[in-house]
Amino acid sequence: MSEGEAPGTTASAGRQSKSAGPPVQAAPVRSQPANSSGPRRVVITGAGTVNALGLDVPSTLAAFREGTCGITPLNFRDVDRLTIRIGAQIHDWRPETWFSRQQILLYDKFTQFALLAAREAVAQSGLAFDGELGLASGVVMGTAGGGLHTSDENYRAVYEEGKNRVHPLVVPRLMHNAAASHLSMEFGLRGPAFTVSSACASSNHAMGLAFQMIRSGGARVMLTGGSESMLCFGGVKAWEGLRVLSPDACRPFSANRNGMVQGEGGAVFVFEEYEHARARGAEILAEVAGFAMTADAEDIVMPSAGGAGRAIAGAMQDAGLNPDQIGYINAHGTGTAANDRTETAAVIHAFGDHADRLMISSTKSMHGHVIGGTGAVELLACIMALRDGVIAPTIGYQQPDPECGLDVVANAARDARVDAVLSNAFAFGGLNAVLALKRV
Amino acid sequence: MALDVHDRIVTIIAEQAMLEPGQIHAEMSPTDLGIDSLGMVEALFAIEEAFDISIPYNVNEPVQSDFDLRSVGSISSAVAKLVAAKG
Repeated sequence: MSEGEAPGTTASAGRQSKSAGPPVQAAPVRSQPANSSGPRRVVITGAGTVNALGLDVPSTLAAFREGTCGITPLNFRDVDRLTIRIGAQIHDWRPETWFSRQQILLYDKFTQFALLAAREAVAQSGLAFDGELGLASGVVMGTAGGGLHTSDENYRAVYEEGKNRVHPLVVPRLMHNAAASHLSMEFGLRGPAFTVSSACASSNHAMGLAFQMIRSGGARVMLTGGSESMLCFGGVKAWEGLRVLSPDACRPFSANRNGMVQGEGGAVFVFEEYEHARARGAEILAEVAGFAMTADAEDIVMPSAGGAGRAIAGAMQDAGLNPDQIGYINAHGTGTAANDRTETAAVIHAFGDHADRLMISSTKSMHGHVIGGTGAVELLACIMALRDGVIAPTIGYQQPDPECGLDVVANAARDARVDAVLSNAFAFGGLNAVLALKRV
Repeated sequence: MALDVHDRIVTIIAEQAMLEPGQIHAEMSPTDLGIDSLGMVEALFAIEEAFDISIPYNVNEPVQSDFDLRSVGSISSAVAKLVAAKG
């Protein structure tokens, strides 16, 4: 019996193994090693999301094109005790639509978000993970808070309400790897599976590692992305303490920006080895061309242009792309005074003269800051730019800021053909993770 | 009352700045005392706890906050007003 297996396991959903399989089976050796044409390439063959703009990719992309704002008054228990009462909350979340009663007892909201997004992504990819492919496939997810709703509700129960008993599944609900584990169980992914937690860069780190794993031959297919469900009393109260939240709107790069706005949700992608995708005639959404991560090694909350700039330049170098090939950057763009100024400096540092010719936008102005899931939701804007030739806007932009003087695609989406893009994520703790995508 | 507020503010700010209260003067700014934005947030939290008040302050627009943070003296005056308003 493995450590995670409950004794006398009943037929509860998600706690029953899908199939026994042979007792010992190593991951199959790759049939197609890196060949003479170069290292393995990695492509995206499926995408799924849930966020305040929509509960799937088409509705989210439509909102990106329209410049829809998903930020609304927050609605949850004890919201009247908060100073900040806005967020990009998913108000129509009805888990009973997608999950059984047993599953809802077992899944924190961040796991529910990840599962629903993954179902959309896997369905689009057309993959089934039975047999050998399941052994060569895995999952890396990002989250900053993990099962924070579960922690919040149960701390309230024992501390505030004085209860001396909690639900037996509190631990498997709140653990940071819950979403990754349930993805592995639902789809039969039997290779590498784990969770990365690096605050606001979590999902970019997760997707970067999934990319590296396929490129190096450690896996053939990876589900990857991130999810976050921090919109609960404790989740917002903690951020309030830092005094970086805006009371009214997220206005990245605008001179009158006054802070970030939290969001919730997530996104999951199917990363697949290119030859595998091509051999089965899969539709390819984009190629993941490069990834770089750096640490500022300076301050726990103040960002550094040097560290961010090295990650940006590193992702381009890893992808074999020159700065003038990048047409669009999905910015970290939190809407805080410090981030947007520093990020602009980092882009100028990494791109030189080309900084004035590329487009950059922050979709956080629409879906809020999804914290550990934000890079995953934002990768959708990168795919939209490459596939549809539509650049998602930075909405809420009102006043130019000389310290943020790039082309921020203000307020309205723009039609433009781009061949390669970057997605930035910079976390508290000085951790930077940048992905490079290109058209196949 | 105001003097008492000022003395307590000086004690809190001195602790944040890792200085002796005697080294703190009313005209000094947080920058003079080596207190950065995160240090200021911590000092304001300590002041809120000490006086049971809420200080309106957003790191992103410190100048526009309805609370004058330019010097130790202005912080004392603003806190005294909030304490008085509390009744």
